[in-house]
Amino acid sequence: MDPFQLLVGGIANGCVYGLVALGFVLIYKATEAVNFAQGDLMMLGAFVTMTFVNQEWWGFPFIPGFILAMLVMGLFSYLLEFVVIRRLFGQPQFAVVILTIAIGFILRFIAGSIWGHDPQSLEFPLAGQSFHIGSVVVGYDEAFVILVTAVLTSLLYLFFARTRLGIAMQASSQNQLAAYYMGIPVKRISSLIWALSGMTASVAGVLFAAKGAIDPSTGLLGIKAFAAAVIGGFGSLPGALAGGLIIGIIEPMAQFFAPSGYSQIAPYAVMLLVLILRPNGLFSQVFQKKV
Amino acid sequence: MRIHFKTDYQQDLRLFSDLPTFIYYLIFFIAAASAPLWLGEYLLGEMTYVLIWVIAGLGLMILVGHTGQVSLGHGAFLACGAYMEYNLIEAGVPFLLAFPLSGLFAGIIGALVAIPALKMSGIYLAIATLAFGIIVEDVIILLEHWTGGVEGVYVSSIMIFGIDFDRYAGGLEPYAVPGHNFYWLCLAVALLSTLFYRNLLRSPTGRAFIAIRDSEVSARAMGVNVSRYKTLAFGLSCFFTGLSGALLAHFLSAFNYEAFLILISIQLLLMVTIGGLGSIHGAWFGALIIGLLPVLIVIVREEISAAAGLGNFTIPGLDQAVFAGFLIIFIMIEPLGIYGRWLKIRTWFQLFPLAKKDMFKRHKSYLKTERMR
Repeated sequence: MDPFQLLVGGIANGCVYGLVALGFVLIYKATEAVNFAQGDLMMLGAFVTMTFVNQEWWGFPFIPGFILAMLVMGLFSYLLEFVVIRRLFGQPQFAVVILTIAIGFILRFIAGSIWGHDPQSLEFPLAGQSFHIGSVVVGYDEAFVILVTAVLTSLLYLFFARTRLGIAMQASSQNQLAAYYMGIPVKRISSLIWALSGMTASVAGVLFAAKGAIDPSTGLLGIKAFAAAVIGGFGSLPGALAGGLIIGIIEPMAQFFAPSGYSQIAPYAVMLLVLILRPNGLFSQVFQKKV
Repeated sequence: MRIHFKTDYQQDLRLFSDLPTFIYYLIFFIAAASAPLWLGEYLLGEMTYVLIWVIAGLGLMILVGHTGQVSLGHGAFLACGAYMEYNLIEAGVPFLLAFPLSGLFAGIIGALVAIPALKMSGIYLAIATLAFGIIVEDVIILLEHWTGGVEGVYVSSIMIFGIDFDRYAGGLEPYAVPGHNFYWLCLAVALLSTLFYRNLLRSPTGRAFIAIRDSEVSARAMGVNVSRYKTLAFGLSCFFTGLSGALLAHFLSAFNYEAFLILISIQLLLMVTIGGLGSIHGAWFGALIIGLLPVLIVIVREEISAAAGLGNFTIPGLDQAVFAGFLIIFIMIEPLGIYGRWLKIRTWFQLFPLAKKDMFKRHKSYLKTERMR
């Protein structure tokens, strides 16, 4: 097996982890809430896209179906924040953690009762085709994953750096009270952040489904994305993506080089190592409080 | 509200603040101790399970509720206790020795985990312990020699001075409910742990824990050795969790790594949060809810499907979803846990008719960032 071949698969996987991690970090940065249901939002996004795109369901063309699913997931996350999460504004962080864990259970149940518990696959137009770079075989699906991630990341970057809304989001994530005094509608911003994060999750879900099957427990992948976000330093967007890539690349490498049984530990071991050496992640954003 | 005029220092040191409080707890104790006489076999088993969870909950409460360190990997310490208990019993160590030793083993592992965990806090600590929990799951499978690998192990029964304390051991006539000895054992351990916890909170150690929870910087300024007390909190917390794991091993009789999945750790954290962080009551309330709510859901579902004539009607995952729904409603109504609600109800009765609705109203709060500390 060519190490470069492993690298391509790893980067493609890493992009998915990175996008889910990006969703975590967006919400964490803006509202300091940790969304344990992010993986389940991803799963839901994949299923919604499948409903729109697959022939046995509604059979839309791929790209419009994909975009429609993104919008639906954005709306869903917006409402989720508006109806449920907002009630816990200013409450202990734990309360939100418990809440999102419970929401995750319910999303899994809903997906299970609508789409069944068996693995299903998305009808992806580019599935099964591939091209060669030197001796390395690159599947169109892998190329698609990497490309979409790159485009989405640059769009997010532009959004946060250039648009009024993006800058308002940055402000409210840095200091909510100050942002409120400046006339930024902090509550609406946090709903919008959830919507954005839901859309990111649905893109991640489609990318994941493009490379394999999905079932309602796919959301547990969120734990790996957590590891990615933590490696990156929970609170840094490029960090989340970098963390995702690190986890994604380590996984196939460990499967190839480490003895069997030890390989699935590798991502978590690396994460622990990073945390021991740099307790706040690689791209740390924690400052010492002055008393 | 009863007002205590304190006239000597003994009053501060008392376990119960006044006679009525003592009487409440006495009634509770009598009810709990006599449970095998009036509960059926199934419910007694569930109550035993609840008591085991109480012990684990007390352990986690020391860490999360009173020292302010999150752990999402306490299932791993449950496993440490359970497998150590199995190996010691297999090696012929009597239960009375094996039981504290397995707790101690989990405690030592916990203190070792605390060393890298000292520098982390908040979400980083939560994720690090989560990762530890996941790694331990895999390590259990790898250490086949001691843990039986994927197949799991079978634990033999507990004998103390020739009396059989097994989960299914027969009982005294005429109240022959199997497993009452084991129930009483669990109750005794839970009560002793609670007593220890209560005393811990009145000691300098307990006050140091609370100081660290409230502000690490201030605690350090007051001369609390933060690293030492954090390690101690981890050790104590894991000691209790290990004890609970040892009892769980006997409760399950046969178990493998699946008894200690990451979901168990999450459930433990759910338990202390639902119960109310930072109170001993919280651990008990939380264990009762987490332990008995699924049972209640099953009973209600069976009643409904019997009444509607649906026969043996099940939707996969429905029970879990109903459980999660309860949690959501509960957290939205009472983010401070059952203990918070209990305080409100109690105050209402004590102040009757003077209690006001807004007494416990929180100030308008905005987000306090975790990125500054």
